[in-house]
Amino acid sequence: MRRTPLYKAHLANGARLVNFGGWELPIHYGSQIDEHHQVRHAAGMFDVSHMTVVDIHGPRSREFLAYLLANDVAKLQRPGKALYSCMLTEQGTVIDDLIAYFLDEEWFRLVVNATTRDKDLAWMERQGAEFGVSIRENSGLAMIAVQGPQARDRVASLLLASDATAVAELKPFTAQHFGELFIARTGYTGEDGFEVSLPAGQAEDFWQNLLATGVKPCGLGARDTLRLEAGMNLYGQDMDEDVTPLESGLGWTVAMKDDRDFIGREALESQQVNGPGRHLIGLVLEGRGILRSHQRVLTDRGEGETTSGGFAPTLQKAIALARLPVGAEAACQVEIRGKLLPARMVKVPFVRNGAACEGIL
Amino acid sequence: MSEIPSDLRYRESHEWVRIEDDGTAVVGISDHAQGELGDMVFVELPESGTSYEQDEACAVVESVKAASDIYAPLSGEIVEANPMLEESPELVNSDPYGEGWLFRLIPSDVSQIESLLDAEAYAELQED
Repeated sequence: MRRTPLYKAHLANGARLVNFGGWELPIHYGSQIDEHHQVRHAAGMFDVSHMTVVDIHGPRSREFLAYLLANDVAKLQRPGKALYSCMLTEQGTVIDDLIAYFLDEEWFRLVVNATTRDKDLAWMERQGAEFGVSIRENSGLAMIAVQGPQARDRVASLLLASDATAVAELKPFTAQHFGELFIARTGYTGEDGFEVSLPAGQAEDFWQNLLATGVKPCGLGARDTLRLEAGMNLYGQDMDEDVTPLESGLGWTVAMKDDRDFIGREALESQQVNGPGRHLIGLVLEGRGILRSHQRVLTDRGEGETTSGGFAPTLQKAIALARLPVGAEAACQVEIRGKLLPARMVKVPFVRNGAACEGIL
Repeated sequence: MSEIPSDLRYRESHEWVRIEDDGTAVVGISDHAQGELGDMVFVELPESGTSYEQDEACAVVESVKAASDIYAPLSGEIVEANPMLEESPELVNSDPYGEGWLFRLIPSDVSQIESLLDAEAYAELQED
């Protein structure tokens, strides 16, 4: 199994390690639920060094990405600006979801999932050939996500005074280099915070310094419940190469207003004519019990299935994302170990900035 | 290393049993099991008055990670389910051999206890 530069720190912090797509990573450091609350109420940090960083270089980088991605990199006008997008097959289904950063006209950075690394790189190479761009994995970086209401202050406290001021002013979904640190105001928790990329050799010191300021280490377990409460999809679970973004709650990330040619556009347009039959929506279980992935959901318009589910520590209720027939009544039933239990469809997110969203509880 | 009290008997699937002075048997899950499962979020317990055969599934514990069936270590009639677990399933994590007990039953054949592992055998099982 592959280990990140923070492996020793995880052992020292008492992590329980698991195999995550070939990487040995912490699932928790004692209590997943305590770590979840820590991020909602203070600040937690996650080792996300397994994420794949891909740098795109060349004069036609923007043109390449305009063709490669379903969201439009034309929205990226100021250096440092970030964009969430899907990368689609010709059939309009999802190869991966990623964040694209505009650094300069000849340099964009993509952060893609670890579990899809090989197929992502192969697909980009294939599509990039005619644009003459260089596509290089930047494997020398570690990445630490610092998340929670106190996260930005904690990170700023470790920087030089002049950098601290600039980092405090970093807008949401924007990134900037501070020396060798690449700091992005992004995350996967529904809280404010930063994702910090830095040279692998500096990762452990940075981690220890964050620890000293009171940021608590958090594992993949809390990362999953936080993103689920935030209504964010997990690739491979909530979407994959069998479904389109329109069937995955990601219609908002597909830019089709102008006539830009991008991979998968034709398929999405034909799906839009009749409207997709299914969509991804939130579920809240009305009574006691726990929702999990792949449970059968019964609606007045037919059946569907949960794609991610679990106990939401912030809400003290079971929640799920489910792919269900469009137009169904909100009241539905979920089959849990042979029993049908009542549930209710809701708009995601379930939780933002530490509190339940309207209509969830 | 997890705690394995020497006065209990264990099932290979990580349930423990303690025979009380009044002859009833208290059942829970081991420290090792709660550690593997992670934070408990929901426990579904059998109702008083229902009877189960040894090895029959009779309860479910759900952690942040997974749902796990709990098997009756002994045949018998359920006389009490731990009333605290509905509000506080985390007691199974914090005190698996004490306040985190699951249910109490009247064994129909107390000699079945001999078919369960003692602490030493259960400890060996975890080393494998």
